[in-house]
This record gives sequence, structure tokens and C-alpha cells, in this order.
Amino acid sequence: MKRRWNFSVWAGFLLVVLGLVSYVTFFVRFPITRDFPWANLLLFFAGAVLLGKGLIRSFRQPELYRGKILGSILAAVSLAGIGFFAYGLFYLVRQLPSSAAAPRLGQKAPDFTLPDQNGKPVTLAELLASPSAGTAGARANGVLLIFYRGYW
Amino acid sequence: MVAISVDAPEVTRQHCQKLGFTYTFLSDPNAEVIRRYDLLHQGGGPKGADIARPAEFLIDSTGTIRWINLTDSVTVRARPEQVLKAYDDLKPAAPTGA
Repeated sequence: MKRRWNFSVWAGFLLVVLGLVSYVTFFVRFPITRDFPWANLLLFFAGAVLLGKGLIRSFRQPELYRGKILGSILAAVSLAGIGFFAYGLFYLVRQLPSSAAAPRLGQKAPDFTLPDQNGKPVTLAELLASPSAGTAGARANGVLLIFYRGYW
Repeated sequence: MVAISVDAPEVTRQHCQKLGFTYTFLSDPNAEVIRRYDLLHQGGGPKGADIARPAEFLIDSTGTIRWINLTDSVTVRARPEQVLKAYDDLKPAAPTGA
């Protein structure tokens, strides 16, 4: 008798792959799934359950189901992928400097002069005095400085 | 609203054109101001380049810092509603505004 295709091993592996690629390509766009990767962890969990089910099936009923070798390989690759994801998302992204000497609440913001996107020098003092860009006629009652990583 | 990074003005201008950003972007290619604000992430960029860590400061019209967000993860940034609330909180102390 021909052994059956072990569907759940493949389905599980595909879910894990989906969990790996969907963070950067999709879930990173929404704060709720970006700040903590709930959606991806769910996909990993579902994938692991299916993979586990398929593996158990292939080892307990090898005469009925395929997938002992391939299932083991897919499971190992999945584990490595999930480990890589966890290392990146729970460790690497947190390797930020402490910025202990950054300006504090209530302090005066240090002034500076930097070129804008058109090469025109801009000072913080000017920004504080000028109407906010983009809102015609509105009086600037504050300046939001956003430091970002760049390399766009 | 002003965004600051190590990217060159040219790079930033193209980026703004592409994405339709109209607010001011400032370039700090040598990370002088980023260093002055102690926000340098040494080797944090591609190929070990020094870049700014993500950080936001709200400064009132007197130049005083009124709200700071120093995230401890690259993936966690200030949300728009947080910033808007901080901005609303400025108003009582800045009676000339609004």
C-alpha cells in the first residue's frame, strides 16, 4: 500500500515560514503587532502543533504516513528559524545605548544648526520661533524633534 | 515637527518627494547634534555605521523639554496618539499658543 502524504508536516512548516516573513513584510506596519509580535508567535505556535502532530504520525504509523526524514528536517529548520526570529526581535532590537546623558525633562533643549532637506541651515531657535510647517497660519507652540535611524 | 538623522540632505529630499512628507528633515551626517543629545548608537547602522537611536523630544516655545520618549526597542516607537496627548498637555503652560 502506498503511504499517505503527511499533510500536517508541510502545513506546519508553511505556517512557520509565514510567521518568519510576515513580520517584516506585513505586521511591522501596525503598532499593535509590531511592538510585540503576537501574530507571529501565534503562527509559530500553530505551525509547531501541526509539525509535531505530523511527526508523531510518521513515527508511530510509518506504514501509513510518509515524512520521518523530511518531517525531521523541516522541524529542525523551523526551530532554527524561530530561534533566529526570537534572537532578532527580543534581543538585537533592544541593543540600544542607554543615553544616560540625554537632555532631561524640564531642561532647555541644546540649540543646534543643521541643514534641511534643501541644504538650508536651520537652527532650533528658528524652529521654535517660526510657525509650524505645513499648518499655514498656525502659531508654533512647540517643536517635536524626532531622531530616527536613517539609511532609508 | 522635525526629523533628524545621519542621512544626507540629498537622500532625505528624494525620500520626502517619494513619500510626500512636507515637514522639515535635518541632516546630521557627522552625528554632532546626535552626540550632543547623547543619542549616538555606535555601529547601529549598516556596515557598522554610527547612527541615531530612535528618540523623540517635545520642546515648548521657551525651548524647555516637556516630553521625552526614549524607546528601549527599535521596534517600539511613539504612537501618534501619545505625541498628540503630549502636545495637548503643552497648551496650559503656553497660553500664547493654540
